Amino acid sequence: MIELSAVRKAFNQGRENEYWALNGIDLAIPPRQVTVFFGPSGSGKTTLLTVVGCLARPTSGRVRLRGTDISGLPERFLTGIRRRTFGFVFQQFHLVKGLSVLDNVMLPAYPIGGDWRALRRRAEDLLESMRLGHRGGARVEWLSGGEQQRVAIARALVNDPEVLVADEPTANLDSDLSKQVLAIFGDLAAAGRTILLTSHDPLVLDWPLVRSVVSLRDGRIVGEA
Amino acid sequence: MRTWLDKQRYLVDFTVSSLARRKAKTLGLLCVYTSIVFLVSSVMLFTAALRREAVTTLARSPELLVQRMVAGRHDLVPASYAETAAAIRGVQSADGRLWGYYFDSFTQANYTVMVPPARAATKVGPRRAVVGSAVARARSLEAGSELVLLSYSNLVFVFTVAEVLPAESELFAADLVLLSEDDFRQFFRYPAGQYTDVALSVANPSEVRNVAAKVARQLPDARTILREDILRTYQSVFNWREGIVLVLLSAAVLAFAIFALEKASGLSADEKREIGILKAIGWETGDVIAMKAWEGVLVSLTAFLAGYSAAYLHVFRWSSRLFEPVLRGWSGLYPRFDLSPETDGLLVATLFLFTVLPYAVATVVPIWRAATTDPDSVMRGAL
Amino acid sequence: MYLSRASDRAFAIVAVLAAVWLWTFADASRIRARRAPARAGQAELAARLGLTDICLFTEARYTRHLSQADAFSPYQDHPGAVEHFPSGSLVVPPDSWIARHAHLAGQATVPR
Repeated sequence: MIELSAVRKAFNQGRENEYWALNGIDLAIPPRQVTVFFGPSGSGKTTLLTVVGCLARPTSGRVRLRGTDISGLPERFLTGIRRRTFGFVFQQFHLVKGLSVLDNVMLPAYPIGGDWRALRRRAEDLLESMRLGHRGGARVEWLSGGEQQRVAIARALVNDPEVLVADEPTANLDSDLSKQVLAIFGDLAAAGRTILLTSHDPLVLDWPLVRSVVSLRDGRIVGEA
Repeated sequence: MRTWLDKQRYLVDFTVSSLARRKAKTLGLLCVYTSIVFLVSSVMLFTAALRREAVTTLARSPELLVQRMVAGRHDLVPASYAETAAAIRGVQSADGRLWGYYFDSFTQANYTVMVPPARAATKVGPRRAVVGSAVARARSLEAGSELVLLSYSNLVFVFTVAEVLPAESELFAADLVLLSEDDFRQFFRYPAGQYTDVALSVANPSEVRNVAAKVARQLPDARTILREDILRTYQSVFNWREGIVLVLLSAAVLAFAIFALEKASGLSADEKREIGILKAIGWETGDVIAMKAWEGVLVSLTAFLAGYSAAYLHVFRWSSRLFEPVLRGWSGLYPRFDLSPETDGLLVATLFLFTVLPYAVATVVPIWRAATTDPDSVMRGAL
Repeated sequence: MYLSRASDRAFAIVAVLAAVWLWTFADASRIRARRAPARAGQAELAARLGLTDICLFTEARYTRHLSQADAFSPYQDHPGAVEHFPSGSLVVPPDSWIARHAHLAGQATVPR
């Protein structure tokens, strides 16, 4: 579904602190499966996630989504595609403080327009499925870490994307909460969504639903399983 | 089109919740902004209405006035001047006028004491005066009461008030004390055969300048004042280019500049982070900018509408009460008058331009940089 | 449920303010019409009495009779002398004081 060919990504290009996070990635990500990018910190797995999820463009190389080359598209089109196709759950959640849970969940759909009542209902349903239906009106900063993550997941799903992308989802959680989060991802995978995770948590690797693990080191793929 | 409108509503949703999160700051900003608009609008509405009122009231003042100047100072006009002026071709009549000032230490107020023209058919007579409404207020007078004035030569004069001029005349007759010619001359010890100035009536309006030129030639120490001079004086009174109005406007413009600079100097770390999050979850650069622009528009539009409306109510429904201390100054009399609202479209447009536009633009300027952050900067921890 | 949406609330407030703002214009023409006869009466009285100035400031003669005042009193020492009456700073001297003398060209006579 998503193909990367000879993808390289650099930061601060041309300057003295130039840093190549990805050094030639060739990858094919199958749909409707759980794929994990595994590796130590600095291996480029987060950067890979951003390139796969259209959050960033590769410095060189090609990214193809369902056969269409998207690496050269202007920002507008890229953002539109990203909105429709990908839902992101960040490691630090990055919820907007001061807004209610419901408002946070609805945010990614704002630029699309559309019926407000329908959107609100959709957001409420998502929160309900995350067992947070009763917390819709609360401000996000009042929620516990685990609850905030579920809000972040709900937010990622509000535009009904095919692919859910999560960066280190279990990094800030204990074992029980980690298992809960993985269970949620499992339900989503069963419903047909593609799940992409980065992790260096062995709990994630041991998770039976993981179909492929892509190991990274120094910006290169060193193993696929 | 429908989607565009829908989208704008969503952007406004976020903007309003953004503002609501900083309630105290937002309310404070709105209050100050509205107050400035209120002040500037009040002044502009007041002066525009006053100018109009003055120009319409004085539309039939004497066509030509002849004063006598000695070393730049007013001097009395001998009766012969009136005769000379009357003889000029085009002059229908030349009447000597008698008027002056009287400082009433009892009320610490200045009155304008005047002898009305004969054709005015007022109720003045021997020891009978007609007073303006503010004088009547200050000295608690009504028709029939006694007005006691101490002349400059320390003689006491007692007048009976024949009439109090109506309240509608406050704007131009509030401080008048009208006396008969004999009373006037006695009261002020005014030399016989001398007048304060001479009023000429000229039939043909296009001839007035020529007559004035002839008067200037025949009476070298005379100074002529045309009716158009009078009207032009009042057209330019409270001119925004000079005096207190300029100071006020400058202060207001400065305040707006400070607002705008504060806005334009950059965003707080929180705001930058927030924009980064929005970009990461799928907002485009254009969406972020539009959202911020709405913030500027909403705040300044609210302030403008509220400030202008409050100013209108203040000037035309509350008699500009807040200006009273400024206008009153040291005078003992303060006329109470109502102005007819003068709503000039250009005035409103100018106010709008000076208040709404700069602020709306200023909110967008600092956003430009932040709105173009890469969406992946949140993930890189670059925020 | 009607105004539960933040933007609806904001637009409602702006709409109310806009309505008040528009009302001020309607009110203005209403007041103008109502005061028109009184204004006509004022102009009549002012014309009969031969008045030349409005009575806004009664502090000093050059602020009471703006159009009649001489240049002597306010500019006694220097045109830029500090004003001691508040109203003096509110009003500007009439144009005629600072008018140019071009109109005298060819008409002035040299004293012998």
